[in-house]
Amino acid sequence: MTDTATPAPAPTTAAIAPPLSPAAATLKHIRYVLSENPVTAMSFAGFGIMILLGIFGPLIAPYDPLASDTAAALQPPSGAHWFGTDHLGRDILSRVIVATRLDLTISLAAVILAFVVGSVAGVLAGFHGGVTDRIIGRLVDTIMAFPLFVLAMGIVAALGNTIGNIVLATAVINIPFYVRMARAETNARREAGFVEAARLSGNGTFRILGWHVFPNILPPMMVQVSLNMGYAILNAAGLSFIGLGVRPPTPEWGIMVAEGAGYIVSGEWWIALFPGTVLMLAVFCFNLLGDGLRDIIDPRRRT
Amino acid sequence: MASSVPRMVGRRLLAALPSIVAVVVVTFLLTRALPGDPAAFFAGPAATPEAVEAIRHSLGLDRPLPVQFASYVAGLARGDFGTSLTTGQPVGAEILQRLPASVELTLAGLVLALLIAVPLGVAAATRPGSWIDHGARVVSTAGVSLPVFFTGLLATYVFYYLLGWAPAPMGRLDLFATAPPTVTGFYLIDSLLARDLEAFRSAFAQLVLPALTLGLFAVAPIARMTRASMLGVLSSDFIRTARASGLSSGKVLFAYALRNALLPVVTTMGMVFSFLLGANVLVEKVFAWPGIGSYAIESLIASDYAPVQGFILTMAILYVLLNLLIDVLYGLIDPRVRIDA
Repeated sequence: MTDTATPAPAPTTAAIAPPLSPAAATLKHIRYVLSENPVTAMSFAGFGIMILLGIFGPLIAPYDPLASDTAAALQPPSGAHWFGTDHLGRDILSRVIVATRLDLTISLAAVILAFVVGSVAGVLAGFHGGVTDRIIGRLVDTIMAFPLFVLAMGIVAALGNTIGNIVLATAVINIPFYVRMARAETNARREAGFVEAARLSGNGTFRILGWHVFPNILPPMMVQVSLNMGYAILNAAGLSFIGLGVRPPTPEWGIMVAEGAGYIVSGEWWIALFPGTVLMLAVFCFNLLGDGLRDIIDPRRRT
Repeated sequence: MASSVPRMVGRRLLAALPSIVAVVVVTFLLTRALPGDPAAFFAGPAATPEAVEAIRHSLGLDRPLPVQFASYVAGLARGDFGTSLTTGQPVGAEILQRLPASVELTLAGLVLALLIAVPLGVAAATRPGSWIDHGARVVSTAGVSLPVFFTGLLATYVFYYLLGWAPAPMGRLDLFATAPPTVTGFYLIDSLLARDLEAFRSAFAQLVLPALTLGLFAVAPIARMTRASMLGVLSSDFIRTARASGLSSGKVLFAYALRNALLPVVTTMGMVFSFLLGANVLVEKVFAWPGIGSYAIESLIASDYAPVQGFILTMAILYVLLNLLIDVLYGLIDPRVRIDA
């Protein structure tokens, strides 16, 4: 594990000690990582494009994503419809573009929810130990006792078929990762000098946790967020694919693939291919972004 | 030493008990949170309030929650998972009948994933920084990014529609083959036991694409772990000693390094199974595979909740048992764990 191909050590050490390192060194390191690894640079660009599509999607889309035109149903890709049309004659390109916002919103909301709940629980468990730690650990173990996608299915099936519940289910199955990470990172800093100093200057527990411990565990948590985004999108799309969550006329990548599934065996490939490819690219982009962030924040963890 | 193995298995079994209890409690709570009133659902739209009340009483839904939980657990202990509203059959029997299909698919996917991932990880670790290392990283990142339901559709389009190599994605056997007599429930094994090569060929042909789809998803975590742990082992002293003693590089790599490197890989199998069992549901839907995943999806669409609940419970218990198996396996491979226990 020691002799992996790691970047040059000099900028590395500068980036590991964030409180003292001058912004210039960090910037230099980021530039170094981006130029060294063009894939990471591409993932940053892809992320930017996704955000733009999410914000301006409805303005860019050439057609109304919900307008059906049975005369133009099941047309293969052409100049008028770049991605073809589906069984109701809706323009697939427009639907794929407009769906970006919904898919990103669902996964972002789920990841933020998981991040907030997970870090609070993890920091408390790691800092206090004892009973708090045991109760939180037990709850996390309970979630992890299920195959995660199956648990998400169960939550959405039980609470009802709404977007809010997809967000909730996706958040619940991601919480354990944040709790474990926040707990371990906090535990390692519980006796650290700066925590002791903060306590001796009269800070209360919550102030120590919120203002001194949490900012220090933030970098590794952000890597987790990025890696989690891809998983959250996959999970939400998977739930929609089996008919849980987003309802049919709404454009959403998972449900569009499901709508195209029946046409694959008769050769109409474009209905499922385009939303599926975009979904895959989005997830791929987030995963590469996570890897890239990790190289920037903590090169030693690279595997 | 010999007696420590059963003792270790016993300890692990005890340690798995809280997980099973937690799973049962959560599944029970999820059912009680179901939308709508089950009693009104059973009674139908034309029922009078009195009839709904009577059904609620006969279902035991008017009793306090702990009492309901006790009778739920008592039912589970008798193997009573409730009755499916759509088919009228007991859920336990239907799940038991469909379980082998799911297990066969999952295991086939796992074996394929191991066959691809372990050599890939070893190759990447022996030449860090080379094109094969970078290639393995791209392949494994792409592998986790693939939505299984989409890969399955893509594979169907290419290998069934375009090339005609694979059979139609319609279940475990083609229309003309008959199912072999049930012994294990795994068609591949049963057909061989019955010496029915035609059924074996058909079952195998149907299994290839879904298993490959499922396996691709699991390649990434296994390959990454293999690479990381191989790198660690290859830089350790005993490998240097082995090399210095003049052992062939193949012997050093496979007899010494790989055996030690596989230990951490075995521990990550728990996470891999969590992925596989979840992805299994989606793959079953794409390939119309008659396992418990597609059973759950059909029931979900019909708002038939007893099978969904049975499915979640079965999956969770299966997962707990698989984790138990991994733990025991780990103890058998690594004697140090046994001594600690």
